[in-house]
Formats: sequence, C-alpha cells, structure tokens
Amino acid sequence: MTMANNTRFNQLKAFVIKEIHHILRDRKTLLVLFGIPVVQIVLFGFALSNEVKNNRLLICDQAHDVHSAMLITRLDASKYFDVVGYVSNPDEGTDRLRSGSAHMVVVIPSGFSADLRHSHETSVQLLTDGTNPNLAATIQLYVQSIVNDFRNQIFGKPDIPYEIEVSPRMLYNPQLKGSYTFVPGVMAMVLMIICTLMTSVSIVREKELGNMEMLLVSPMNAMTAIFSKAIPYLLLSLMLVTVILILSVTMLDVPIRGSILLLYLVSLVFIITSLSFGLAISTATNSQQVAMLISLMGLMLPTLMFGGFMFPIENMPIPLQVLSNVVPAKWFYYSINDIMIKGLGFGAVYHRVLLLAAYAAVFLAISYRNFKIRLS
Amino acid sequence: MKDRILDTDMSIEAHNLTKKFGDFIAVDSISLQVPRGEIFGFLGANGAGKTTAMRMLTGLLRPTSGSAFVAGYNIATDSEQVKRNIGYMSQKFSLYQDLKVWENIEYYGGLYGMSLRQIKEVTDLMMHKLDMDQERNTLVSQLPLGWKQKLSFSIAIMHRPRIVFLDEPTGGVDPITRRQFWNMIYETAREGITIFVTTHYMDEAEYCGRVAIMVDGRIEALGKTSELKTQFGASSMDEVFYMLARGAKRNE
Repeated sequence: MTMANNTRFNQLKAFVIKEIHHILRDRKTLLVLFGIPVVQIVLFGFALSNEVKNNRLLICDQAHDVHSAMLITRLDASKYFDVVGYVSNPDEGTDRLRSGSAHMVVVIPSGFSADLRHSHETSVQLLTDGTNPNLAATIQLYVQSIVNDFRNQIFGKPDIPYEIEVSPRMLYNPQLKGSYTFVPGVMAMVLMIICTLMTSVSIVREKELGNMEMLLVSPMNAMTAIFSKAIPYLLLSLMLVTVILILSVTMLDVPIRGSILLLYLVSLVFIITSLSFGLAISTATNSQQVAMLISLMGLMLPTLMFGGFMFPIENMPIPLQVLSNVVPAKWFYYSINDIMIKGLGFGAVYHRVLLLAAYAAVFLAISYRNFKIRLS
Repeated sequence: MKDRILDTDMSIEAHNLTKKFGDFIAVDSISLQVPRGEIFGFLGANGAGKTTAMRMLTGLLRPTSGSAFVAGYNIATDSEQVKRNIGYMSQKFSLYQDLKVWENIEYYGGLYGMSLRQIKEVTDLMMHKLDMDQERNTLVSQLPLGWKQKLSFSIAIMHRPRIVFLDEPTGGVDPITRRQFWNMIYETAREGITIFVTTHYMDEAEYCGRVAIMVDGRIEALGKTSELKTQFGASSMDEVFYMLARGAKRNE
C-alpha cells in the first residue's frame, strides 16, 4: 500500500514540477500574466476615474457687486473648478462652450446683491455642454452645492417651518471612488484568463503534440493527471490574487473591510470554477485555437459584459439581466465587493459561493463524461 | 496478482480482437502471439487498422470483442497492470520541446512512479550510452531529429518495461539514423524486452523477427519475412506487401 502511495506521489510530483517548468520557461506569458493586473490596476485606479476635476468655468458677471465677487471666489477656490475667463454676455459664453474651451458658463444676473438683500431671492444661470450628459450633470451638481453653501453662509440655514431635509450619505464608498468597483472586476478578469484560458490551452496543447497519448499509456491515472495540471495554475492564481490585493491596498487605498480569509476562500472557489470550465473546454476540443476562442467568447466577453463591473446590470433590459445570472464572474464580483468594501461576512455571500461550487461540479461532470467517451 | 499471468513467455496474446466504431470495423478479429524478446513488426497501409490495434493493446481503447493479454495481464480488466509493464513511443514526438533533456527524463520517470534517486541513476546511464552527457541542459527543441528519436526511445524503456510499443518510430529520419535506431532496438530486444513496432518501411520489416501485415482491419499474413516471401513467391517484402495491399478497399 505504501508502495502504491509512493508511486502516486512520485507521479503527481513529476507532473506538477513539469508543469511549473513549462510555466517558468514561457517568460513572455508570465510577464503578461503579472503585467495585466498591474497595468489594469494602475489604469483603472489613476487614469480612469469618474471624478471630474479642474473643469473650466466661464463667468458672465452682470452684477459686479460684493456678493457676485464672493461667489466667484468660492467657485474658483473649489478644486473641481478653474475660472478661466469672463464674458460680458451669455451668447459669448455659449460660443466658448461650442468651441470646447469651457465646460460651463455661470451667469450672475445684474442686481445680484440688491435682490439678495431685499427680496431674499435671486437666481444663477448655469449653461453646460449637454453633449457629454454625465459630465454636465456632475458639474451642475457641484456648482449647485457650492451655491447652496454660499447662501447658507450669508443667511444661515433657511428658516422654513416644515422642511424635509434630504441628507444623503454614501455608505461604504463615501468618496465614490471608481477603484472600489474596479479591483474586484480586475480580479475576476485575471483569474478567468489564467484559470480558464491558460489551462484549457495548455491541456489541448498536450493533445496536439501527442503528449496526451504518452500520458494515457502511462500508469498514471489520466483524470489525476489533468487535475494535477490544474495545481500550478491554482497556485499562480492565488499569487495573482495576492498581488492584486497588495496593489489595491497600497496604491489605490481600497480597504479590505471583511475577512481576508473569506476573501481567499471565495477566490479559491471561483478559481476552481474557472479551472473546471477550462477542463471542460479542453475535453471538448483538440485544437488550441478552438480552446482559445471558446474561452474568450464563452467566458471573457460575458464576464466583461455581464460581470457587473463594466456596465451596471441594473440598467440593462430585463432579458439581459436574466442572462447575466448565468455568468459566474457576476457572483464572484458581488461577493468580493461585499467582503472587501462592505465588510460583510460569510452569511452574506454563502449562497453565491454555493452557486459557484455548483458550476464547478457541472463543468467537472461534463469533463468527466467527455473523457470517458474518448476512451471507449 | 501473479495468477493472472497465463504464460510468462508470451508477451502479447490476442484472440479475435475486434474494434468497431459504429458500423465501421476498424480491427476485424485479429489473433497473434508474440514471445518474449521478439521484434514483432506490424505492417499495413494507412487506415488498415494498425494504430487502432495498437491502441487496444496499450490500453488506450477498449476492444469491442475478443480478448488480449499483454505482459500476462488482461487488457480489458487489468489495464493498470498492463500500463505498468509497457513502454510506448508514438509517431509524433512526445518529448516536450520547451523542456530540457533532464526535465523530460525526470517527468517520464515520474509518470512511471520512479523515485528521483532511481531516475538520476537511469539518467546518468542513459546520457552516457547516448553520448549526450553535454546535452542534459539543452532544450529538446534544439536537439537534432535523430537525437530526439533516440532519446524518446530511451525514455520509453527507462522504467524497464516488458514490452515496448513503437508507433512508426522512424518517420522522417535519414537512413543512417534509422540504422542506428534499429541497432538500439536490437540491443533492447537482446536484453529481453519485447518490441512491437509499426512501420511503413518495408526494408525495416526485414529487420523484424516476424511480421504481421494488416489489410482492411484483418491480418492477411503473419510469419518470418523469409517464410512470407516464399509463401507469396516474392523477392522482397515490398512485393509481398504490394500483393496484399493491392486488394485493399480502404485507403486513408
């Protein structure tokens, strides 16, 4: 019995070592693997941000009085705005908007101070470029809140007897940082690439080169062999998860509010799901190109589209929303989000983890069946 | 376990071995016996069924009917033991091109359950015998074709199997390398390892102790090359093969 165990251990060890040799020898792929998450994190973290800073403001000050000057100073002091010039009438301002040299024109009507003092009521007109609706809406909000502050400073809080005040508070991500959603997304993408794409391609390559035949005539159990093929990729994936987490915490200040252990557990389950999908692909085809195509079309694209981190699923038409439930990455993404950003525990994510595990079981069953058919 | 062995002097025994894929009969009731230490040539045109027959004998495919014993073990019920006792070299080069010579050896040794110590001993011997001591750290992709082939063969027998199956081992190499390769085969047979080899080359058939010629899934001739030549009144194996293969209905 110990003899048999020794044999099995030697087989497993030989296979895993061989696979590690393959991976280490292929420097380019390795560089790409570790490069992708770093580049994505840097890109998503710094370059792509949905905060809008340094918007170019044009002021059309028709009042030229104390209060208009105060308001302009306030706007200019904000980090979101730079006052880039003054125009004498709104038409001149819209010309500048059209040419793109300004993002917004703030029109302060004449008699601003007088109106404020006497009737306690006046208005400020905001002209924005609606061709970029998101940007326009965002900076409009910013200006509105600055104007409100300004009013409160002058008159104190409005003394209206029955008022319902809306006091918004963004929980979990008060600064609305984009990186909070990107990090789990990058993790889902990278794990999918390694686990599904690389595993399926590397198994199919063995078939193409005839090495699979050597494996099948050897006393090593073929199913064991294929599983041991997955081990190095599993280790590699866990390493990459660690790299991504370290980068996000140190560079992007993304918090890990929940348990790290749970984070790794969920990642592990997702890795196993992706690996088994890779296995299923590799048992279904004999060509590396086909394997790559299925991995990309069957998993990467749906992951990008329906993973939830690129396009909000809530905004999709109902049929697509239903379809998105089929994409494993979605469940991984939501779980990671809940654990990292909201700090939730196992109770909040276990149903998704179970679903991922169920996926893995289905893919493994398919692989096993395909494998048996090939033999008989 | 020993009681499964029917006849230790018989390396391969097949009785009415048949493989059907749907309606297509790839191998039609073949029977053969190969004694220990023999070089047995398995000839046939493409599509004659040699590869399918070999895949059954090596445990890669289950026979539809009939039975076979390899190294004394039933291929249908004891494929695990069969696999332990055979070596295999395929027509495609099964060495990993992106791995070094020693890494390939270590891997295949490991597949057969050898310990690192055993592998190291065998590697030293093998490298010395192949005159490749300088090439341990060379990537297989950088070796000349002839060397790869010899290395492949040496690896196929590194776990000392009782039988080694060679599937068109000399495809695409020059005559001198082929000659050297056959010398290795002879030497291995002398050590008591049975050789089961498929080939297209009829001159190679002359090197074999006995040959079987497959046509359309059946064995149409079996015996020593000299006997076959007399039987068919031919001057060379090429002629014998041509006479048999002419009647073939399947091609490719």
